[in-house]
Amino acid sequence: MTTVEQERVGFFTDTSICIGCKACEVACKEWNLVPQDGQTWTGQSYDNTGELNANSWRHVAFIEQEKPLRTNGDGGVGLRWLMESDVCKHCTHAACLDVCPTGSLFRTEYGTVVVQQDICNGCGYCVPACPFGVLDKRHLAPAPDLPAFAKEDGRVWKCTLCYDRLKGGHEPACAKACPTKSIQFGPLDELRQRADERLAKLEHEGWNGAQLYGRDPDDGVGGFGAFFLLLDEPEIYGFPPDPVVSTKHLPQMYRSMAAAAAAVVVGVAAAFVGGRS
Amino acid sequence: MTSYYGRPVVKEPTWTWEIPTYFFTGGLAGASSVLSLGAKIARNEKLSKTALYIGAAADAVSPALLVSDLGRPERFHHMLRVVKVTSPMNIGAWVLLVSGGASNTAAALELLGRLRPVKLAAEAVAALAGPPLATYTGVLVADTAIPVWHEGRRELPWIFGASAAASAGAAACMFVAPAEAGPARRLAVGAVAAEGALMQTMELRLGKIGEVYRKGAAGKLSLAAKALAGTGALVLARRGAKSRRSAVLGGALVCAGELCMRWTVYKAGFQSARDPQYTIEPQRARLRT
Repeated sequence: MTTVEQERVGFFTDTSICIGCKACEVACKEWNLVPQDGQTWTGQSYDNTGELNANSWRHVAFIEQEKPLRTNGDGGVGLRWLMESDVCKHCTHAACLDVCPTGSLFRTEYGTVVVQQDICNGCGYCVPACPFGVLDKRHLAPAPDLPAFAKEDGRVWKCTLCYDRLKGGHEPACAKACPTKSIQFGPLDELRQRADERLAKLEHEGWNGAQLYGRDPDDGVGGFGAFFLLLDEPEIYGFPPDPVVSTKHLPQMYRSMAAAAAAVVVGVAAAFVGGRS
Repeated sequence: MTSYYGRPVVKEPTWTWEIPTYFFTGGLAGASSVLSLGAKIARNEKLSKTALYIGAAADAVSPALLVSDLGRPERFHHMLRVVKVTSPMNIGAWVLLVSGGASNTAAALELLGRLRPVKLAAEAVAALAGPPLATYTGVLVADTAIPVWHEGRRELPWIFGASAAASAGAAACMFVAPAEAGPARRLAVGAVAAEGALMQTMELRLGKIGEVYRKGAAGKLSLAAKALAGTGALVLARRGAKSRRSAVLGGALVCAGELCMRWTVYKAGFQSARDPQYTIEPQRARLRT
């Protein structure tokens, strides 16, 4: 069987036109049957989702700031409300995929990163491997397709970039539902070009802090499949400013391990030759 | 430093108590197999047999701990559906399979007193799998986005290897008469000293993020580890050769210290993940240079 190679697709999330409606969160939950995991009022602006996890694959962040919207004096008052819809980055060099010991995580023909739920055994290695804290284990009651003895779902879940919808020739549910086109779906090359044009326009208009995040194919994860236009530094939105795929240093780690393993042998040998007792 | 409402950037692991406990039992198993073969070559049969049994027992407990930690334990064998070098956990599963199979085969044949050539071959295989088993867990935790683990990637395999050697030597001291336990004693004392120096080196090199080793649960465990292993090594060095009771006490203290050491590293990782400053600040500093 041959797989037809598709163009790499992704998201360009332009936070400058996000209105914080959370339609993306709702559409994602609806389409992907992502279960409800309780409600909490965080007191953190309008954000009651809090983070991306096994049961939230889109997360709208809300930041209230005393900073002028424009640097050129237009747009007036020194108060602004930033909104940004976060999602799995579908990294070019994905740590989750690299470290997954079962091969459950794989790269699709669309260049996206997906967990195969019939393979995942819930070892949880991908959870601390992700530099963005996207993946998480689902601790809710088991889904109907699991055996009766399963106490909880126990598997890891994250955004699939609506793999099933892509297969059917549709755009992902979040992008479809976004009323302002803040979430744009399409071939990655095209999105990058569109993002460059958008950034140039915002810079020309003097928007304060406008920058692209994850667009650069030379960054620590080889660029994101889902990248962003932000209006402040990444850490303001809860992003790592310089994410690096952990396996970049794996050869160094294996070398260190080989040396340490040899040292164990030398140490044991020394215990036999050294000293008299 | 700014962050999103002080929320963590990276997720702390979903692992539970089985994992740090396995770091101890896996290390004990790996180093014991090496000690057993060393004693065999040195014609110290009593020490060789004891280390073989200790290694086999630790090798048998280890997979049970690991399977129990899985979200879907009945799918444990999915670890073995691929061979994947980019996943230290996958490589570790294979190493543990080989080590556990070999050491338990050897121990069973030793007990039965049969098939001597097969037993010798199994002992050799276990001793070959032992050093990687004792050290790969350092790579396993380092190959993550957890700041204090990833930045400690140079020392962690060494620290885990030293801890494994210390526990193997100490455990053998508890079950072998002092007259025949000399090599095990020297291994335990030397490895405790090496580990202390390595931990200190790592903490210094980590700079600011290394402070998690002095804070909270990790800080307390670190003190307990140093006190227990240090005292145990002192008891072994001073009285281990003369008194069986001191050897048992010293061995038990070192083993307890090594278990605490694994928990120290484990907890430090969680603490460094929980506070976003440990993720954001080093990355910001990197971008500035």
